Amino acid sequence: MGGSGEKVLVSEKVSKRYLPGGPFAVKEVDLSLHAGEVVSMVGPNGAGKSTLVQMMLGLLIPDGGSIRIFGQDVVADRRRIAHRINYASTDLSLPYALTVRENLLTYALIYNMKKPRERVSRLLSLLGLESFADRKVGALSTGQVARMGIAKALVNDPEILFLDEPTATLDPEVSAQLRQLLAEMVRERGMALLYTSHNMREVERFSDRILLMREGEIAAQGTASSLMDRYKTQDLEALFLLVAGKKEGAVV
Amino acid sequence: MSEGPEPVSLFSWRPLAGILYRQAVLYRRSLPRWMEIFYWPLLDLLVWGFLTLYLKRIPSFLPSAVVSLLGALLLWDMLYRAQQGISVMFLEEIWSRNLIHLLVAPITPYHVVFAAIVSSFGKVLLSSTVAATLAYFLFSFKIFSLGIDLLFFVGALLTMGWALGIMTTAIILRFGQEAEVLAWGIIFLFQPFSAVFNPVAVLPPVAATLSRFVPASYVFEGMRSLLTVGTMPFRDLFMAYLLDAVYMAGAVFLYAGVIRRARRRGFHLKLGS
Repeated sequence: MGGSGEKVLVSEKVSKRYLPGGPFAVKEVDLSLHAGEVVSMVGPNGAGKSTLVQMMLGLLIPDGGSIRIFGQDVVADRRRIAHRINYASTDLSLPYALTVRENLLTYALIYNMKKPRERVSRLLSLLGLESFADRKVGALSTGQVARMGIAKALVNDPEILFLDEPTATLDPEVSAQLRQLLAEMVRERGMALLYTSHNMREVERFSDRILLMREGEIAAQGTASSLMDRYKTQDLEALFLLVAGKKEGAVV
Repeated sequence: MSEGPEPVSLFSWRPLAGILYRQAVLYRRSLPRWMEIFYWPLLDLLVWGFLTLYLKRIPSFLPSAVVSLLGALLLWDMLYRAQQGISVMFLEEIWSRNLIHLLVAPITPYHVVFAAIVSSFGKVLLSSTVAATLAYFLFSFKIFSLGIDLLFFVGALLTMGWALGIMTTAIILRFGQEAEVLAWGIIFLFQPFSAVFNPVAVLPPVAATLSRFVPASYVFEGMRSLLTVGTMPFRDLFMAYLLDAVYMAGAVFLYAGVIRRARRRGFHLKLGS
């Protein structure tokens, strides 16, 4: 990890309001992401993290500014980008009546993988899903559904992976295994990872860079240690509470 | 680990195969889904079939009218299944919290619609084959006694069903699950003006005028004309396809407009969550 690779994502002055004249969900956010970099986004609910990720995925069109992924505009060229990125969120699931294997095969085909069955077998083994691969999604535990969601997000071997609270429903052991797997993918393949989390210990240990969002803006960003030095806090939890509670003018 | 994805074009077959594969698996092991395909058509067939048995005993009742009742029933069911096939497939994505996965994937909304049309065609074919076979064995009704020309009318009905299915999908996308009742109900708004079991001539003037804007009314009028006169009513067929083209263009325009608006306003992100 480290993120010394080329820029794979650049957002410039990106803004979004859901209602004309309403409050900004995201306000003039400048952000870049490098190959081989792990960036975590933290902030209170409603800070704009999900909206920003949804714009990066092309699910939402920004009102202002631009987002370029691999040098292409996300709004105009989404189809040239979408097969190289992927996303998982604890809010989403996959059809309950299908097994894990069938769901992954569906998405291996949808992502136009050359050898979809081989890809699915590989993912099942990589994420340790073989024991429940032929079980229907409706019969899985919340943690197993989350692991399947991450397997789906890796189905196309993405160059940028967006994860929304990936370990929120996992037990500590599985969380650690998943972090290790993702770290290997980032290190060996140069995958860029942008994820949101409320687990500050995980964010501190796992991220190359941390973005603290508040009221639609990036209130602070840097490595965990640089942020704690700057704000003179003992840990990220205290830093989060400090920055999240500050009003306008605290932007670093 | 790189078996690498290939860029997806509008003509890529694997994404289409992926969506259809999932539909096939869902149907393979779901009894309620099989019932949806066969249960209602069979019940309708029995009710209307018994009615025709009774009507055949009335001396003044024309045999062609008996045939047209069962023919109309089978054709109406095709229209209904075509529309429902598209709308329900979309609803299933919402119910399983899977819609966002599809929207993030490198496919376009048109891949999803095309897959829904193919899947709906398969279901209509299956359901109609079983219903037509039973109609033959139980009531001695041969659907192709209407002639092979009937296939042209079937095509017009399916196109209308697909156009309504796409419109329903757009409305559900815009207004959320509160509008999902349309998936089952929208087609019945058109039924009184479709001249399914009665000619347009018996409708009150306002209803008759409205029926002129419904492709299905030309199909059912044409079917009756085929039975009584015995020649292909090309004018009816032309009008049915002309209106189908208008319906389909309207449906695609509405669907594309809702998708564009959804990406600006974000209302699609709340569906199913």
